[in-house]
Amino acid sequence: MPLDSLLKTPTGIDGLDEITNGGLPTGRTTLVCGSAGSGKTVLGMEFLVHGILDFGEPGVFMTFEETEKDLTRNVASFGYDLPRLQKEGKLAIDHVYIERSEIEETGEYDLEALFIRLGNAVDTIKAKRVVLDTIEVLFAGLKNESIIRAELRRLFRWLKQRDLTAIVTGERGDGMLTRYGLEEYVADCVIFLDHRVNDQISTRRLRVVKYRGSTHGSDEYPFFMGPTGFSVLPITSVGLTHGATEERISSGIPDLDKMLAGKGFFRASSILISGTAGIGKSSLAAHFLLAACRRGERAVYFGFEESSQQIIRNARSIGMDLRPWVEKGLLHFVTIRPSSLSLEAHLASMLHDVKKRKPDVVVVDPVTNFINLTNFNGARSMLTRLVDFLKMQQITTVFTHLSTMATGLESTNEGISSIMDSWILLRDIEQDGRRRFAIYILKSRGMAHSHELREFKITDSGIRVGGIYTHSLQAASIQPRKKRARARGTASGGRK
Amino acid sequence: MTSGNNPKPKVEGQKKAAEWRLRLYVAGQTQKSMAAFANLKRICETHLQGKYEIEVIDLLVSPQLAKDDQIIALPTLVRKLPPPLKKIIGNLSEEEKVLVGLDLRVAKPA
Repeated sequence: MPLDSLLKTPTGIDGLDEITNGGLPTGRTTLVCGSAGSGKTVLGMEFLVHGILDFGEPGVFMTFEETEKDLTRNVASFGYDLPRLQKEGKLAIDHVYIERSEIEETGEYDLEALFIRLGNAVDTIKAKRVVLDTIEVLFAGLKNESIIRAELRRLFRWLKQRDLTAIVTGERGDGMLTRYGLEEYVADCVIFLDHRVNDQISTRRLRVVKYRGSTHGSDEYPFFMGPTGFSVLPITSVGLTHGATEERISSGIPDLDKMLAGKGFFRASSILISGTAGIGKSSLAAHFLLAACRRGERAVYFGFEESSQQIIRNARSIGMDLRPWVEKGLLHFVTIRPSSLSLEAHLASMLHDVKKRKPDVVVVDPVTNFINLTNFNGARSMLTRLVDFLKMQQITTVFTHLSTMATGLESTNEGISSIMDSWILLRDIEQDGRRRFAIYILKSRGMAHSHELREFKITDSGIRVGGIYTHSLQAASIQPRKKRARARGTASGGRK
Repeated sequence: MTSGNNPKPKVEGQKKAAEWRLRLYVAGQTQKSMAAFANLKRICETHLQGKYEIEVIDLLVSPQLAKDDQIIALPTLVRKLPPPLKKIIGNLSEEEKVLVGLDLRVAKPA
């Protein structure tokens, strides 16, 4: 970043480098603190592994708690092969074992042996990065606190002198960032990790508490530890800076495009399709996907209710064949049960898929399940992040939303509708012993869209949007032809 | 610095397999390490005469041993034999504590 004259060492961790405007301060020590199980060790290890794999910087991991074996096993689940990196001479792990009951203290001492160990490891592999996890164990293992404090001061000075970019971790203390006040020694950069459980769903947050001489995002950012490793979701920092394109893309249904000022959706916009159960939201989304694939664009479908086979079958039953596009690699299905992951985990894995697949269009079907998953504010902020992220990538996204009659079709959507550019409502009307469907556009930013309520029908050759819906059955029906013709006559500015 | 002995890697005391095998880890000839060696020598001569052996390890010479033997503080005295392994850190200035640490004396109730 141009504003930062300070040298930075990228962590290679998704999102963290964005929040810190480039990484951790080079040649300085960063304190990473948080309660037990908050992800300090994983963050530290990722810093080293990315350093080795992505930036060619060897690293030393000095562990005071976990043994080398445990550590190796724990990060193997993130896909990191530590023994290989050790064999290649790029990673050194030293487990410092201190057991107070086995040590008698008499007279003066220092922690020079620790310096020798660290120095030896650093020299052997020519390390540039160091992690000390959790050095506070010294306070529990040794009696003379004033010696430890003096030696810690010396250690941080020593790291700086040797130009090592280091992470030290510390356990969260009562009313303090760390139990033994490590923050007192590390003045350059402090990162705080938090792990809470709300309504049985765990949420993890990361905050840069301080970063001397550098701008940084100051919010709490959700983060996630999963098969892809540690990733921070810095999307709140994205804001509303995404550009607005004039390009329009088809909804996949010509008559719906007409309702959208004749040209369909704006590219890189967010579209909400809401309606009651079984009304055809997914089918509408399928039209959108198919049209994108036919244009040669890439599409990702996030399904949270049905399996990909089910979705393909259902689309085929109304005359749409998605399979060839899957085989061509243009259409990719991601189907997961919402409850199987936390909100952050979902967001992180969705962002991961989007980054990997680089789609032009995305369908999220349905988005409702997230709202059921957690408190509404959480879901809303997650959706905002997702929408902002997708817009940044110039991706057009269709979200389906299940609304219920009981709570009202429009009120349920109030919260999330503000982050959507277009909102299409599918309505279910019971009349004269029949269930009839109607479609209308509640809003579509930046275009003179139709305000008509139109007949909507699912046929075996796809969705058909008919004439203006009226209470008279004869006037509005799509078939038979004669009635349609009559309906057309009453429609103002509708079908040709 | 009460002793003229040089704490370099060497074996003091009995040459054959001794009953008491002690290792003193130091880093160069610092005041602390010299004091520790002198204190240790005096205590051993008093309490373990003829049945001990002291090996001085200079970690500046063999840094790898700091990791291998789990040493963090200096000076550190390790009782290798008889088992179990015992560690005493510091300049060994308090004889009483050293004796307790080596299991040569039972700790006095406080």
